[in-house]
Amino acid sequence: MDNKRRKFLKIAGLSAIAGIGAPAALNMLMKGNVQASSPHGHGDDHGGGHEEAKGHGAHHGEVKQGKRYGLVIDVHKFNQTPGLAQKCISACHDTFNVPDIGNKKDEVKWIWEEPYTHAFPEHSHYKRNTELHHLSFLVTCNHCDDPPCVRACPTQATFKNEDGIVMMDFHRCIGCRFCMAACPYGSRSFNWRDPRGMKDGKPFIKKVNPEFPTRMRGVVEKCNFCAGLLKKGLLPKCVEATGDTKAMVFGDLNDPASEVSKVLKSHFTIQRKPALGTKPSVFYII
Amino acid sequence: MLEKALQGNAKYWSWVGFLLSMMGLGAFCYVLQFNYGLGLTGMSRNVSWGLYISQFTFLVGVAASAVMLVLPYYLHNFKEFGRITILGEFLAIASVSMCLLFIMTDLGQPIRALNVVLHPTPHSILFWDMIVLNGYLFLNVVVGWVALNSEYKGTHPPKWVYPFVYLSIPWAVSIHTVTAFLYCGLPGRHFWMTAILAPRFLASAFAAGPALLIILVLLVRKFSSFDAGDKAINKLVTVIIYAGLINFFFVGLELFVGYYSNIPGHMHTLDYLFFGLADHDTGIIYNNLVPWMRTSVIMGVISLALFGCKKTRNNSGMLIVACALMFFSLWIDKGLGLVLGGFVPNPLEYITEYVPSIPEIFITLGVWCTGFFILTILYKVAISVKTEAERLS
Amino acid sequence: MYDGAKIIPGLIIFVVLSTFAIWYGAGDAKQVPKPEKPVGYTNCVKPTDFMRQSHMTLLNQWRDEVIREGKREQVEAGGKMYEKSLQNGCMHCHTSKEKFCDVCHSYASVTPYCWDCHMSAKKIKGLEEAI
Repeated sequence: MDNKRRKFLKIAGLSAIAGIGAPAALNMLMKGNVQASSPHGHGDDHGGGHEEAKGHGAHHGEVKQGKRYGLVIDVHKFNQTPGLAQKCISACHDTFNVPDIGNKKDEVKWIWEEPYTHAFPEHSHYKRNTELHHLSFLVTCNHCDDPPCVRACPTQATFKNEDGIVMMDFHRCIGCRFCMAACPYGSRSFNWRDPRGMKDGKPFIKKVNPEFPTRMRGVVEKCNFCAGLLKKGLLPKCVEATGDTKAMVFGDLNDPASEVSKVLKSHFTIQRKPALGTKPSVFYII
Repeated sequence: MLEKALQGNAKYWSWVGFLLSMMGLGAFCYVLQFNYGLGLTGMSRNVSWGLYISQFTFLVGVAASAVMLVLPYYLHNFKEFGRITILGEFLAIASVSMCLLFIMTDLGQPIRALNVVLHPTPHSILFWDMIVLNGYLFLNVVVGWVALNSEYKGTHPPKWVYPFVYLSIPWAVSIHTVTAFLYCGLPGRHFWMTAILAPRFLASAFAAGPALLIILVLLVRKFSSFDAGDKAINKLVTVIIYAGLINFFFVGLELFVGYYSNIPGHMHTLDYLFFGLADHDTGIIYNNLVPWMRTSVIMGVISLALFGCKKTRNNSGMLIVACALMFFSLWIDKGLGLVLGGFVPNPLEYITEYVPSIPEIFITLGVWCTGFFILTILYKVAISVKTEAERLS
Repeated sequence: MYDGAKIIPGLIIFVVLSTFAIWYGAGDAKQVPKPEKPVGYTNCVKPTDFMRQSHMTLLNQWRDEVIREGKREQVEAGGKMYEKSLQNGCMHCHTSKEKFCDVCHSYASVTPYCWDCHMSAKKIKGLEEAI
């Protein structure tokens, strides 16, 4: 407790000093964001992640150490297996008691399907092959290496954990929704109403998983890459649901020997909005 | 001094009664919202901030505009503002109070609001906004109350208060700058991501705030024997004209950059606000803010014309019209278009329109009335003290 | 005294109202609550006295360790290992929220927000039945 108080006083003191000069605040903001001039940050379709995995790039600023979990989604495999995407979504939403409110306004979702035009709005849609336009892309939280939501959150209710996963601490969230404005992928949902409620006698939670709590109204939620399951040596539920189709490959992007790193080395992949410098950890083979 | 607020005529009490009943209605609707959740409002997954945050943004500007009185009076010894500087500071107190209330009403878990203090997070702009807003409230309460109290006692303000006065000047600029940073530092929200957002906020604030202040001062002149003096009002008009022109210049810059660069992301929201935006897939045109934004432009132009013309500027009736037009023009521009427009289209380029719900509107009105209640009480005290002091001297 | 006719009744009303809680509950001493302990278990993860006073501190600590620090290793009680979890750990033995948690909580008139998200067996059953 004492330690905490000291830490608080320290931060509060520092804050007061920095508050006098906005430049100081800006500096703090910019920390870890100085790679903007890197050759990979300019909206090219190759994800910056390939290069980072190799660890080269002296002018990248610091190269991130430790684990960074990532996901490769093979869109063609999903296309070849009808219903597979839906299976992934149910596996996730059933595990985490994600409510199905039944209207767009109050919608809560952790992983869902989007057509190419909406998953990749920054890409050209002109004269693309027709197949692309019929594909649907599973989208979820990108667990960015430089997450804007974490920067925005005023209480550290959303934060990056030691495995590179962008986590939500529902206990601490005050529901200001700054993270929702900050997320460039629309990955975050707010509990506009009690997720345990019901409409027309039908509860929003269609299947109860007794091992995971529900949420309460007034907090933000999103995919957590199944952080708890990973600690037990299991795979995320969506990846598990793809079985041995290899439609999803999950692993440590910072480990050159991991399967996910190998897949990324040998395939052409794209990320969502790479130009924004968020360094998404979800890749798509198209 | 506060006892002055307890003496008033029937008009005063019926105005206070009206404000209190609107506050009660707002509080009732807030209880409904508290129990149901923010789903009771018109906000949605795609438009996750609505009237509350947009009013907050606008009112930070009104609060910051007090600096347009404090700076000339205290720093340049512009004596004519001596009579109304306190009115500017009290307007700032009422505005910041509304800002804080709007943030509270917007929180999904208001009971946990103190988490912002318990887990201080310097990389979050909202953390800094909390600091600058509360600091500004504190500065204005101290400076305003001490200055008025010395007038009440017929003495000069104590020396120790001056550092607070001088600090309040850059602090006023900081509150609106930090509020702009809330928006302009977010990747993937093209409309907000512009370096002139903070200066544009300040320009519109320095036009809207003094416009409201002139209306208030003229109302005070009508309902009491306290007269701010034409010289002070004329100076405020000059401030409004320049700030208003700079604001429209900035809006023009935004339009140029958006449309000349021809970058779709930069044009989408401008299209949505001024012309209507067609949905990718269905071709349906969404335009529910277009009438508002166009009205805003027309009001702004008429207002500047009225301000610019000597004949209308010197007619107090027309002056009120000009001020009201400027205030509402900027209220629409910043209190509606800026925040709501930023969410259209969303990051996945879906278009969702936002319409506030009835309880949401009443909560918003309730907060505004709370602000005007604070303002009424403070102005009542200030004017009673000032007229008494003048009678004695 | 000026206005004595107003001040004295005013004072009386004030005293009566401000002591409302005392005289309202007077002579109505409640029984000390007896939460139902789990059958067949002798040890909790910490001594009973500690748990009685500081279970909320421990839960908060677990919460931060599990979610924020990734320390999800299990804890030992009576030779068995349990998850650091309210729903999957504590309630493994303390199966009934109603007969254990609520008994003291309602006596002390506290409503911890745990249950806004975490579910008792009864709540799970209720939610399942609604489907």
